[in-house]
Amino acid sequence: MDIIRSNPERFFLLLFSIFILIILAIIPSYIADYYVSLLVSIFKFTVLTVSWATFCGPTGYISLASAAFLGTGMYVTALIGEKVPLPLVVLFGGLASFLLALLVGLASLRIRGIFFAIFTLGLSEGLRHFMNWWEISREGRMGRWVISADYLTIFYTMLMILIMTLLTSYLIRRSKFGVALQSIGEEEEAARHIGINVNAVKVITFAVTSFWIGATGGIIVTQWLYVDTSTAFDVSYSFTPTLMALFGGIGQIYGWVLGSVVFTIITELLLTEFPYYYMLIFGSVIISVFLFFPSGLVGVVIKWRKGKLVE
Amino acid sequence: MIVLDVIIGGLLTGGIYALLAAGFSLQYGVSRVLNVSHGEFIMLGALAAYSLYVPFGINPLVSLVILGPIFFIIGSLTNRILFERLRRIAGSIEVFEGQSILVSFGLLFIIQNLALLAWGADERGYKFLVIPINLLGSIFAANRLVALSLAVVIGLSFFFFLVRTRLGKAVRAAAQEETGAQLIGVNIQWMHGLCFGFGASLAGFAGVLISTMFTVSPFMGLPYTIIAIIVVVLGGLGNIIGSLVGGLILGLIGSIVLHIEPGLELAVLYILFMLILLIRPKGIFGK
Amino acid sequence: MPIIEGERVSKNFGGLAAVVNVDFHIDQGEIVGLIGPNGAGKTTLFNLISGALATTAGTIRFKGENITGLKPHQICKRRVARTFQSVKVFSNMTVLDNVLAGSLFGASTGMRMHDAKAEAMELLEFVGLSAKEGSLAKDLTIANQKRVEVARALATKPELLLLDEVMSGLNPTEVAQVTELIKKMRDKGITVFMIEHVMKAIMDISDRIIVLHHGEKIAEGTPSEIAKSQKVIEVYLGD
Repeated sequence: MDIIRSNPERFFLLLFSIFILIILAIIPSYIADYYVSLLVSIFKFTVLTVSWATFCGPTGYISLASAAFLGTGMYVTALIGEKVPLPLVVLFGGLASFLLALLVGLASLRIRGIFFAIFTLGLSEGLRHFMNWWEISREGRMGRWVISADYLTIFYTMLMILIMTLLTSYLIRRSKFGVALQSIGEEEEAARHIGINVNAVKVITFAVTSFWIGATGGIIVTQWLYVDTSTAFDVSYSFTPTLMALFGGIGQIYGWVLGSVVFTIITELLLTEFPYYYMLIFGSVIISVFLFFPSGLVGVVIKWRKGKLVE
Repeated sequence: MIVLDVIIGGLLTGGIYALLAAGFSLQYGVSRVLNVSHGEFIMLGALAAYSLYVPFGINPLVSLVILGPIFFIIGSLTNRILFERLRRIAGSIEVFEGQSILVSFGLLFIIQNLALLAWGADERGYKFLVIPINLLGSIFAANRLVALSLAVVIGLSFFFFLVRTRLGKAVRAAAQEETGAQLIGVNIQWMHGLCFGFGASLAGFAGVLISTMFTVSPFMGLPYTIIAIIVVVLGGLGNIIGSLVGGLILGLIGSIVLHIEPGLELAVLYILFMLILLIRPKGIFGK
Repeated sequence: MPIIEGERVSKNFGGLAAVVNVDFHIDQGEIVGLIGPNGAGKTTLFNLISGALATTAGTIRFKGENITGLKPHQICKRRVARTFQSVKVFSNMTVLDNVLAGSLFGASTGMRMHDAKAEAMELLEFVGLSAKEGSLAKDLTIANQKRVEVARALATKPELLLLDEVMSGLNPTEVAQVTELIKKMRDKGITVFMIEHVMKAIMDISDRIIVLHHGEKIAEGTPSEIAKSQKVIEVYLGD
């Protein structure tokens, strides 16, 4: 646990983060629209990654349910966005996500390891198919028109959600909950026997972290005029947070942030520079990370710093 | 007769499901890789069959024989290059399972992109034996019946192999209990490569058969992977014969749902899938 | 009133009877040993007491309260703690954090991080591991890992401590150290129920011994009574 380790370093990181956040708050006036939407993308993936990793990091579970939560948030906005003011809609998106996660968690968090992974994958894909069927056969439509918001609103809302996500994650990790999560990840049976209500901790953490994913879906969908089930419940939203967290380095919050920022920028670059090869490169990067850099970017940074100290 | 329609339709779909699940089950059961890119191998089989038939006129049934060994080699090599290394690095089997899902996801991207570059994004199809045949009062297309028969033949051969031959029994032993299998002299590393390769071949076969009946495109893979996962969980992870039977069952269920409320088949399969995971994660036949 | 008592406690796994109609009681402040050949059901009995397994039949009462069927974390909060046969320390956490976890979640509620840490440090001192507080638990020797487990269990402020083969794999010096530690715990008012195979140690330290065989209690008494019991000798020599 990093409470005791390197306090000055932590303080510096905190200061640095606040500095960055201030810059982000004022930056939209100074840069082109394209970069603003790139930042929104980065915010979105960072929220997904940090939310995912706050639960899955210490416990070792692999949740592939992120797409279900994101899509739920999007559809809440699509369904009630015209009748309810935007801030409330976003909140409802988060709430719907929270409730879904609560249900899913209560049902499935006693399932171990790989079964949980495929269960959550089934949830994401199943929800997509179900919504698709519902929309087509019961509502007679393939997709929905969505209220749109101007890009500045989206930017600042996402920034706020990002800040809240980081805060939530930080508080969870630093609190008793964080210790509990780690203990559960290390030795679940022993954790039970020292008084930790393992099921409650898992379900609550899982649900709380999914709130921000839902809220993100709620606001992000206003970028587009139209949404359908394949965009909302796109399965890659389930895999990317995992990849980004592992890419950055599973142990630390700053690793997750680093991973998602770098990953999103690389993806963006690939999409614009090599649209025909982007998946190829993307896939190769993923494989390389696992085969050659299992500790992610954080691992690389640590090795590099250790190397410097030795010199 | 509706009942016959449903049953034969179900068996047909089920036969294909059984094949693609069997390959997937081999790869997870023995090599312990939940190969999310399994569907991409199916897609490659389908597109390869297309490319052999349309420009060169090579009968898909012949393609089965050509592509089988090729896919086996590709599968074994993939295992050797990617997963053997991962096996060595990973700390425990759970970590390996988790990581191999993600590595296979990377593989999915690579294969799909390569397919896109080679064939382009369009859907393609070809006509093969599109002759109506009257069977007990219902009309079926000849190609579907042929595909069903072939699926049955391949499936039965595989079943026979697993149950009657020494190697097959070793494979089943390795899938059930790896350490135990090693103790009775099974070379587990070699087994990993063998089964991954076999799994790839079965995927290739399924792809060829699918191409005789449906249109194909580089994007067709993932839905089949998901079906494979569902079938394998239903039949019992690690139980290869269970996945053959599970495939048939799911095919029948899908067929029934299709007749009641089309469009809901996959959603129903998912619900079933999640229920099984919650109630009896070992599957119907799991131990 | 005994601090813990079990009445006709039984556990079946499918067709296998692991624990059969076991009656037992332990008085506050006692050190009671639980012995028997491998597979006798000793750890299963511990699992039933700690809530890790559900009983098939029978009742277990702790300080008069029926705790049968409660979950492990609930039983821990009622001040029953245990260690495990295969050491279950939190490997990638420091020794201090291992014990800290016990302080934070055990029978004490609303403990502040600062106080919990202080308490954890004290406990490390008590078990003799202060020097290793910053080491990762996985880097310790087995003997020291067992101490971490004991300290962690103690951090949950138990009145009853279940020790499952805490001496296995230790050399004679280490066994003597653990024996001392157990005596210190008893002096602090903790009742100890321990499974052990190291005969000499458990005969020396126990006030009473319960013997299980094939899931049944076949003997109970003071160490000297047990040593002379014909039944017990047969059971051990017969294996």
